[in-house]
Amino acid sequence: MPKFVKRALLLLVVLAMLAVSLYGCSTGDTQTTLDPTEGVSGSGSEPTATAQSGELPKGNSVTVGIAQDLSNLDPQLAATAGIREVLFNIFEGLVKASPDGSVIPAVASDYELSKDGKTYTFTLREGVTFHDGKPVTAEDVIYSLERCAGSENEGTPLISAFSNVSKISAPDEAHVVIELAEPSLEFLYSLTAAIIPKDSGPTITDTMIGTGPFRFVSYAPQDNLVMEKYDGYWNQEKAAKLDKVTFKIITDTNALVIGLKGGTLDLVLHLPNTLENEVKDEFTVLQDTMKLVQALYLNNAVEPFNNELVRQAMYYAINVDEIIQFVCDGAGVATGTSMYPAQSRYFLPELADNYQQDVEKAKELLAQAGYPDGFSMTITAPSNYTQHMDAAQVIIEQLKAVGITAELIPVEWQSWVDDVYRGRNYQSTVCAIAADDMTAREMLVRYMSDNRKNFIAFQDEEFDQVLTQALASLDEEEQTTLYKRAEEILNEKAASLWIQDMCELAVMNPDLEGFTFYCTYVLDMSTIGYKQ
Amino acid sequence: MGKALLKRLALLLGTLLLVSVLAFTAFSVIPGDPTQAVLGMEATDQQIAAFRAKHGLDLPVWERYGRWLSAFVRGDFGQSFKYDKPVAELVISQIQVTLMLATVSFALILAISLPLGLIAARRPGGIVDRAVTVLTQVTMSVPNFIMGIGLMFVFALVLKWFRPEYVSLEQGLGPHLAFLVYPALAIALPKSAMTVKLLRGSILGELDQDYIRTAYSKGNSRGSALRRHVLRNAMIPVVTFLAMAIGDIMAGSIVVEQVFGIPGLGRMLISSIGNRDYPVVQAIVVLLAAVVVGCNFLADLLYRVMDPRIERT
Amino acid sequence: MKVKKKSWYLTIGGILTACMLAFTATGLFWTPYSPTAMSAPDRNAPPSAAHPFGCDQLGRDVLSRTLEGAGSTLTIALAVLVVGAVCGLVIGALCGYYGGVADALIMRLCDAVAAFPSVLLALVVLALTGPGKYNVIGALGVLFIPSFARLVRGEFLKYRDRDFVQSARLMGVSQLRIIFIHILPNIWPVLLSGLTIGFNNAVLAEASMSYLGIGVNATEPSLGYMLKDAQGVLFTLPWCTIFPALAAILLILGVGLLGEGIRERMGGTAA
Repeated sequence: MPKFVKRALLLLVVLAMLAVSLYGCSTGDTQTTLDPTEGVSGSGSEPTATAQSGELPKGNSVTVGIAQDLSNLDPQLAATAGIREVLFNIFEGLVKASPDGSVIPAVASDYELSKDGKTYTFTLREGVTFHDGKPVTAEDVIYSLERCAGSENEGTPLISAFSNVSKISAPDEAHVVIELAEPSLEFLYSLTAAIIPKDSGPTITDTMIGTGPFRFVSYAPQDNLVMEKYDGYWNQEKAAKLDKVTFKIITDTNALVIGLKGGTLDLVLHLPNTLENEVKDEFTVLQDTMKLVQALYLNNAVEPFNNELVRQAMYYAINVDEIIQFVCDGAGVATGTSMYPAQSRYFLPELADNYQQDVEKAKELLAQAGYPDGFSMTITAPSNYTQHMDAAQVIIEQLKAVGITAELIPVEWQSWVDDVYRGRNYQSTVCAIAADDMTAREMLVRYMSDNRKNFIAFQDEEFDQVLTQALASLDEEEQTTLYKRAEEILNEKAASLWIQDMCELAVMNPDLEGFTFYCTYVLDMSTIGYKQ
Repeated sequence: MGKALLKRLALLLGTLLLVSVLAFTAFSVIPGDPTQAVLGMEATDQQIAAFRAKHGLDLPVWERYGRWLSAFVRGDFGQSFKYDKPVAELVISQIQVTLMLATVSFALILAISLPLGLIAARRPGGIVDRAVTVLTQVTMSVPNFIMGIGLMFVFALVLKWFRPEYVSLEQGLGPHLAFLVYPALAIALPKSAMTVKLLRGSILGELDQDYIRTAYSKGNSRGSALRRHVLRNAMIPVVTFLAMAIGDIMAGSIVVEQVFGIPGLGRMLISSIGNRDYPVVQAIVVLLAAVVVGCNFLADLLYRVMDPRIERT
Repeated sequence: MKVKKKSWYLTIGGILTACMLAFTATGLFWTPYSPTAMSAPDRNAPPSAAHPFGCDQLGRDVLSRTLEGAGSTLTIALAVLVVGAVCGLVIGALCGYYGGVADALIMRLCDAVAAFPSVLLALVVLALTGPGKYNVIGALGVLFIPSFARLVRGEFLKYRDRDFVQSARLMGVSQLRIIFIHILPNIWPVLLSGLTIGFNNAVLAEASMSYLGIGVNATEPSLGYMLKDAQGVLFTLPWCTIFPALAAILLILGVGLLGEGIRERMGGTAA
């Protein structure tokens, strides 16, 4: 009678055996990639992978976990921070970023800026070679810069700052001259744009030939990018310490943590600092700020946020320190204006103290503005950013005390960009704004009345005036003073409710050393190496 | 039968066409366009306009669809905006991974659910039946991302049976499959639970039919009644479910792919929807739809074979 | 074969469901704390006497949130199920019974919807209607129609040429009566399984939607949203995951067992 049950059981057993045998045959093959630090296996009976992994060396290589896919690798387009971080190791510009936010000479050894701020003259460094061994010539540089200015894109610049370029020329083999239409001190920062071999533009995403300390090996979308040390790097003092680096794309935060703990990842950047307890015992944990400003951005063009009093009342109603406590375990830095602390030359820490929570004062201001009983509003937030969603929820609780009822609307990221950022069709939003090119200017110009990035729709004559003056200035001292004045105006008018520069962690294998934080989108792998 | 088959095939193509139209219209309805993903958030209007003109994004929807369709039938899947690579080249490796994952998952589902379902239906109300019922219920009710992380935690960190790192086919078929067993398990467990439940319910329902009573009265044992009459009929809804499950597995492994870091079709689909990279989405949607619709077609064919009463003139 | 008088599933399922319903109902009227109230000192607090389920990363009481979340989830799941099952049942029954060109066309449309990525479909529905609870229900409900339609259609195909249907036809019983009075009761066992699975899937689908970031209003948590929210702190604050997950599991388990029990009673298959 139970014949068919027997058969079914038999099938199960056979399939189970099949699975086990597949597993069994695999353990032999995978062991070459196993990590010796993994220790003894947890279960004794199975011939597990780890049990056989004892003496295999890892080699002088490192695997880095990154949370975003890299997609289009064109180094001159480099649309996302994630791509820039990785490509920093493979490509270099005439100048390159240094940890403190300034730029240092790279493919160029030296430069000069004319008095009128319009002409940059670069001296090319001798002995710089591409990864295919060919030396970098003035022709390559001109080709690269012209490509940035749009020579292969029907005239539309790949990097928007290049729209200011009027002429690029090479008086001789060792010099390149860039002439600008408008004077600009900050154009120098855009010259971190990658120098690539002449005419390699159309194939650059396949060849990926640059001049950096690492050379590109392979890229598998959604899986990994591999690079190896470039032996012919021009600066042997700063040559890569590692032989091979693999960037592993893992989009789930928990999976990143499991990867670290399971020994497959050696370095992960941008982990939220709420995970600190999870990893601090086994790893080197480095803490840093994100170089951006998280805020409740109010649409200054709509009622009631077009009223300065209402904005100020709201700033008094919220408790910034408490938000930082909730969202970043207290490790974020309050900003009080549209500038982050890493811009130390321009940052004014005292502005953060101007709006200490004061519910009475907030109510008073609201009454003055004609809203004695508060009002209802919506906060739109990109749902994939936990820290913005959390901050929004804390703010909603805090606003209740002054009678303001806020509703949180989570939206998908692209919808946010389209509706809120580009369409300006919103009441308020919690998000973080960073400077695209890491300049102080970027953080402030978006508050100018007619700036296309002014999604806040802030309008103020005095601010416009001060900033216009600052932008035109060729004297750094004067420019700094004017920038600071502009920051103060923003704070007085409470254009936005700035909260903080958020905190983040870099988590590293304790056997490694040499990690350096940059105040730009850079993950410098060349300084990292195994401890001797 | 041949003519009916041809008709079904024509309908199948019609379905795919319908799906592609739906997907295309979807992109004109939802907010956002690919310029953000490609050019970055701060792209200038000039850059955006140039990009749109270059890729024909400024054309009306129907014209873009026409262009896409005529290229598609000629085997040209277009160019991904985000990756700046031909879609075909981009998707081909992902298909292999997802197919492999789906195959392993499907094998696991069969291996787990068929025996359990039969055992459970064998003695309804018995201890085995109850244990199976409760177990399947519990397995079914765990959200997939928790199941994935949980399995990873147990097998990779506690038991250390595998390293939480994707092993591609180039590194060898054995290791590739050995890695895929774990994510496949995360997919297969809830699906098997449902299959068990359905199979059991279906068998028990069938056992109650008149013709089975007749079979009993003719002196057939319960076992032989099950074997000869019930299974065939009871399998009909199960086969429907399994056929649909294949499509589900292909399209629904997104979260598991994300958790286990597998470069598969589902993950590509989600990130491409997020980037509004519609040539990629379009290709994947049609591809997945082809699998789903194909499986349903297969299920219909199986009906006819399994249940002769459905055969009509 | 012994006849069991007492239905084990019905008892256990009934008790579980009753408990969960009581739990959910409590949440409608009373929660120990406000589900959105935050308290800095209680951030990341493990379960204690004051907070039996602990607190989350924003210092909110997990018990209060679970109480309210269970209510949201139950409403969403039931509404989705009603939309999916009713539409699916009608479509499946008519298609299965009548067949023909309309059947083929409708089934192709069901195929198309089923084959369409749910995330994209949900995005479309939400783009057309704006975010919110009712729109989530609409988006999910549509997704559930094809599977019900197919299931019901398969059963109808099986029964429509059976003797009892043919004799009913000969006796001149109206078509609708045959469909709903004669055939429908026969497919109850399968439909019940489908319904319990559907309930299960509806709860999970809501969680998946939340995971992918297009769920309900965050100020009014559902269990799915809570699970998504706790995902980043799975290892550090396990109680934020365990309790809502447990609530979801018990809810599904109770309904599932109850379904088994009812089916057992009705069909008498335990005999």
